[in-house]
Amino acid sequence: MLEIKNLHVKLEEDKQILKGVNLSIGAGEVHAIMGPNGSGKSTTSYVLSGRDGYEVTEGSAELNGVDLLDMDPEERAAAGLFLAFQYPVEIPGVGNMTFLRTAVNAQRKARGEDEMSAGEFLKVVRAKAKTLKIDADMLKRPVNVGFSGGEKKRNEILQMAMLEPKMCILDETDSGLDVDAMKLVSEGVNALRDEGRSFLVITHYQRLLDHIKPDVVHIMANGRIIKSGGPELALEVEHNGYADILAEIA
Amino acid sequence: MALSQAKMDATEARLSGLTLPEDGGWISASRADAQTRLRAMGMPGRRDEYWKFTRPDTLVQTDTPQAAVFDVTDEAPVFDAIDRLKIVFVDGVFDADASDDLTLAGVSIERLADAGQTDIHWAKDIYGVLETNGQVPVERPLAALNTAYAEDGIVIRATAKVEKPVSLIYLHKSTTSDATLHHVIKVESGAELTVLENGPAAARFNKVMEVEVADNASFHHIRAQGRDHERRAATHLFGRLGTESVFKSFTLTANGVLTRNEVVLELTGDDAQAHVAGAAMGDGDFHHDDTVFITHDAVNCESRQVFKKVLRNGATGVFQGKILVKPDAQKTDGYQISQALLLDDDSQFLAKPELEIYADDVACSHGSTTGAIDEESLFYLQSRGVPANEAQGLLVLAFLAEAIEEIDDSEIADDIRDRLEGWLKRHRD
Ligand SMILES: Nc1ncnc2c1ncn2[C@@H]1O[C@H](COP(=O)(O)OP(=O)(O)OP(=O)(O)O)[C@@H](O)[C@H]1O
Ligand SMILES: [Mg+2]
Repeated sequence: MLEIKNLHVKLEEDKQILKGVNLSIGAGEVHAIMGPNGSGKSTTSYVLSGRDGYEVTEGSAELNGVDLLDMDPEERAAAGLFLAFQYPVEIPGVGNMTFLRTAVNAQRKARGEDEMSAGEFLKVVRAKAKTLKIDADMLKRPVNVGFSGGEKKRNEILQMAMLEPKMCILDETDSGLDVDAMKLVSEGVNALRDEGRSFLVITHYQRLLDHIKPDVVHIMANGRIIKSGGPELALEVEHNGYADILAEIA
Repeated sequence: MALSQAKMDATEARLSGLTLPEDGGWISASRADAQTRLRAMGMPGRRDEYWKFTRPDTLVQTDTPQAAVFDVTDEAPVFDAIDRLKIVFVDGVFDADASDDLTLAGVSIERLADAGQTDIHWAKDIYGVLETNGQVPVERPLAALNTAYAEDGIVIRATAKVEKPVSLIYLHKSTTSDATLHHVIKVESGAELTVLENGPAAARFNKVMEVEVADNASFHHIRAQGRDHERRAATHLFGRLGTESVFKSFTLTANGVLTRNEVVLELTGDDAQAHVAGAAMGDGDFHHDDTVFITHDAVNCESRQVFKKVLRNGATGVFQGKILVKPDAQKTDGYQISQALLLDDDSQFLAKPELEIYADDVACSHGSTTGAIDEESLFYLQSRGVPANEAQGLLVLAFLAEAIEEIDDSEIADDIRDRLEGWLKRHRD
């Protein structure tokens, strides 16, 4: 599904952030990335989704055999990539519903499919919003404006549920969520799990991984993936922090 | 202050090509008076403070600057679907055949020439009168010129809630037309009237509208200025508001090489409400100037100015807006916002927001900003699959939303929103 090889990325102001990331996620798999603050987790997710301001100096990233790095952000989305932002953006003046419908239809159009009718869209969005406890008022309001931290995160998952991407990257979707919301969001994610869909879950806490069971856990530090293992790796981090792992590879 | 010789010469040069219309009735005195006042103030010049951001040359010059006629074929005419009474002017001349019958319940509608010929007419107390009041403290010579030389116009008096809008349609058919129209509107106590205006009108257009809104009356005005790229327009909207009256005006301007829209309002009755808003979009050789002067002269009145401009490829936007609160106008609530969204580095926005307050118990705020499309928002939308140009369109509409919200009628607001979307689709790279 997602194939990242030796990815090197620097900022336009010449600061090297990613120093050779290798990551291979198969169809239907769930991978988690943990790692100290500033290690390059969000940068990886932004580079994959095509944000401006980064320069790829070496390496490659492919989604189902297609070079991601050559595409515009909207093309990557249409190809099936989705990023739930660590910090979702507030967009005053653009209604959440308008935003969702525009996005769904733009992707359908890009894939040569028919647009969803207004009535059908409304039915689907209401049903999905309900399972995430997103009320009608939040759908009407401008995108993320005045949403609480947790509401923003749930709104990200709603977008994911509507867009039905193939490769979902969740960047600290658990931060800011209360215990109940964490369960809701996890259920939302688990409902989407299937053989043709993969997940990359970036998190600092084992707790989320209790709900969304990963197949593989990676540790990122200083712009590289320094260790990979099974779910037990997340438990180790939870108990001992990163010191041992960092010492191990030093 | 004595006029400079240059200014006097420019004024005489302009007047030499014009003759005062001989209507015969009360209006002749108003015209003569306006001509005298105009001679005393002189035509606007490049050095005038009030014309610092907009060059008046082509609005003043004797020869009409030409403007190609633009036929709109890619969208239905604005307000087409709205049930309204249509009054058509072609190059500034009333066209009876193209217009609807001028009878409508709750309102009387006459041509200016007919109203002006009589000895006694209610319009006498408004024609040139609100314009004269609006000459202090800032002179507006083009409005005085209009009062003196207006060739046509419409005189409307609403005495009840008028069922449908009165729609003034300005067609432009001659590349050299120079139109001067002057409308007088009175909304009597308790009455309600909506006036629509659309179209380019002429190669060069000078228009004055004087509106008296009596106690408890309400006046709504929505206009769309026509897409002819080469047209020029100088318009003045003078309003006087009575107690608990409502005045709301919205203007859409898309294209036009030069537009100067002046709005001069006086809130003279307590608890009156005045809202003026505008959305302007320009691409390339576009210069748009909103000049607004609102005087609060009564207690507990509210005024709002909301002006938004979207500019690209070297287009220029200007905003000069003032709220003047007189000493007795306590509890004034004044709001003014002027914002430009520059879609590239070549475009510019020049703003002069002003507050002048002589009462102590007031709440007035103003703000002016110039910005670009927010990159974070753009990326967020794109990351959801929305193509960059469509995403930009959404953000531009979001930027304009506050101005559109000033239109109360949702059908008209939707019509205006469609125009904006159409413009955005046509003006993409
Ligand atoms: N635009 C930028 N300008 C300067 N430094 C940047 C910029 N973007 C990222 N960085 C730096 O790159 C490094 C990696 O940041 P990134 O956001 O990818 O970390 P992270 O692993 O997601 O951390 P966290 O766990 O705190 O979210 C950090 O040192 C950060 O300060
Ligand atoms: Mg991060």
